[in-house]
Amino acid sequence: MIKAEQKPFEEILEYLAPYNKILLSGCGACVTVCHAGGEKEGALLASALRMARQKTGKPLEILESTPARQCEPEFAQELSDTIGRVQAVLSVSCGVGVQTLARHFPATQIFPGVNTLFMGETVEHGVWEERCQACGDCILEKTAGICPIARCAKQLLNGPCGGSANGKCEIKRETDCAWQLIYDRSKSLGQLHRLTEIIPAKQWGVQSRDSGPRRIVREDLKV
Amino acid sequence: MSTFEPKIVAFCCEQSGLPAAEMAKTLKLKIPDNLELVPVPCSGRIETLYLLKALESGADGVVVFACYEENCRYLQGNVRLKGRVGYAKQIMAKIGLEQERLEIFHVATNSGVKFSEFLMQKADQLRLLGPNLGKIA
Amino acid sequence: MKSGSNLEKVFVNGHFAVTAELGPPKNNDVSVIQRKVDFLRGYVDAVNITDNQTAIVRMSSIATSAFVIQMGMEPVMQMVTRDRNRIAMQSDLFGATALGIKNIVCLTGDHHTFGNQVNAKNVHDLDSVQLINLVKTMRDEKTLMGGEEKFEGDIKLFIGGAANPFADPFEFRALRTAKKAAAGVDFIQTQCIYDMERFKEWMKMIRDLGVHEKVHIMAGITPLKSAGMARYMAKNVAGITIPDAIIDRMAKAAKGSEEGIKICVEQIQEVREIEGVHGVHIMAIEWEQMISKITEMAGLLPRPKVE
Ligand code: SF4
Ligand code: SF4
Repeated sequence: MIKAEQKPFEEILEYLAPYNKILLSGCGACVTVCHAGGEKEGALLASALRMARQKTGKPLEILESTPARQCEPEFAQELSDTIGRVQAVLSVSCGVGVQTLARHFPATQIFPGVNTLFMGETVEHGVWEERCQACGDCILEKTAGICPIARCAKQLLNGPCGGSANGKCEIKRETDCAWQLIYDRSKSLGQLHRLTEIIPAKQWGVQSRDSGPRRIVREDLKV
Repeated sequence: MSTFEPKIVAFCCEQSGLPAAEMAKTLKLKIPDNLELVPVPCSGRIETLYLLKALESGADGVVVFACYEENCRYLQGNVRLKGRVGYAKQIMAKIGLEQERLEIFHVATNSGVKFSEFLMQKADQLRLLGPNLGKIA
Repeated sequence: MKSGSNLEKVFVNGHFAVTAELGPPKNNDVSVIQRKVDFLRGYVDAVNITDNQTAIVRMSSIATSAFVIQMGMEPVMQMVTRDRNRIAMQSDLFGATALGIKNIVCLTGDHHTFGNQVNAKNVHDLDSVQLINLVKTMRDEKTLMGGEEKFEGDIKLFIGGAANPFADPFEFRALRTAKKAAAGVDFIQTQCIYDMERFKEWMKMIRDLGVHEKVHIMAGITPLKSAGMARYMAKNVAGITIPDAIIDRMAKAAKGSEEGIKICVEQIQEVREIEGVHGVHIMAIEWEQMISKITEMAGLLPRPKVE
């Protein structure tokens, strides 16, 4: 799922400064799971913002709402009444949700309340790690199910760099070296021979974001 | 301002804080005038949001009376509480609220005296700090 | 001959090759290059020109290599995949060969966060194995990457790569070098060797894979200046191991720098005896003036004149 982190409080206060009534919109999906922008985190942020503004003598009225998935038009639409009653929206959904609101409410300023960081996995309670970069042409079958594009700091496709030591990456010593993981798992799968095959250069320019924003069209689903 | 009597919200765990409060009452020990007791079945039930909401809706100080750390009836409740209080304090720092406005105090069922003494001290401390400027009264 | 470079000829004629390293200036001062070239000319067969090593901005390796040629020495141009995509690299390969550069070492490069441009967007369009393959394709097929159409002219390059026998996972290290061999590398320069036992073990794996018959292995050697430097490297540089015996020897020596040179000379003599090692790559970082002494003491002089 998408992982995000709340923006610095000061930054949020700064762009809300001109307003005295806003909607704080959370999202019931990814950002709820990573405790960045679900109902709970949204309520906490709203409470903190109210108090901070109260202290400066410029009270801020905040309405709160948390659609199930802010990135789906029908849920975003649910907000239209509330949005009609406020001057601006602070959205603590991921960057996708912010844009869904922006698309549906052309006359309303929508501010991002979180920094959207990555697509990742929960490795333990309160710890999330990046796992996929949406390269558009998955090669996990070649790398024992571990992604070197998302998890190797140099995106190496043909084995570990010279800095891999004791299982850790030289760039961040608390991070596992992706190629050590690939090696270990290939070994336990009895597939070390696969690692001797050269993985050719990726076609970034065709499949990845490098070819511009991507789009999926399923004719059978269109109405 | 000389008559400022801080409002204290005290969350009391039913396994320790609440009996201590009752004992203080029975013994007619001194407690601050402007005190609101909120009983909770376990301090682990207190969400970060409750702590913040208490401050937002009028408290000058928030206290949680919880069991000693190894004594939680639900094993991990007061450990969770610690994490949440820590998180609430981080948020308070961002708002610019003094850290003294939120505190955990560990008690046992028979800590009536400690209960009273702690609250009286807390009230003095809050009187010096002055009102919580973030509250929306 | 693939490139006709001096380095290639030295190997082809069966000599034990010697290369050194030259770091370009952190500005556009050509006299720095001149000074370093003057220390090295005549003592080595070719000199590696680093490409913004440790991700610190320096004069480009291509421009520095061109100056080195003007100064009468043969460069080995390093090219890292960190900063350039395949368009820029192929364009630079045309330019470099037109400037008379005949050797290249293809590397991934140190991560940009180690350097002085931590906010850069790193590229990593290709990795070093893929770059090796790209250069080979340009040289042998005369086509660009993924292209059908042949271009005019020759890309005469002797293609090098790097290997680090001291990084992990150890068992993968020789396999990775074999991959570079399969991708088309002609020679390999290793990370500096202090742990001789591990290097010998790695060389055995290289021989078992038959890589030494396809590729000239050059053992990397870095003279230690002091016990302090040895300790620092052992502790802070990922992928370098320095046995305690060497650190002790440095610490006990009356003059660390002299001991460092002595150790370095012994190491050169030792690697020379290993089957499959065809040369040494001496990386005397900001200590280029010692190359003449080291090569002399190690019996590597005079350097062969090859045609
Ligand atoms: S290979 Fe591409 S699609 Fe597959 S996990 Fe990695 S980045 Fe994601
Ligand atoms: S240490 Fe491993 S994960 Fe880190 S850059 Fe090198 S190969 Fe990639």
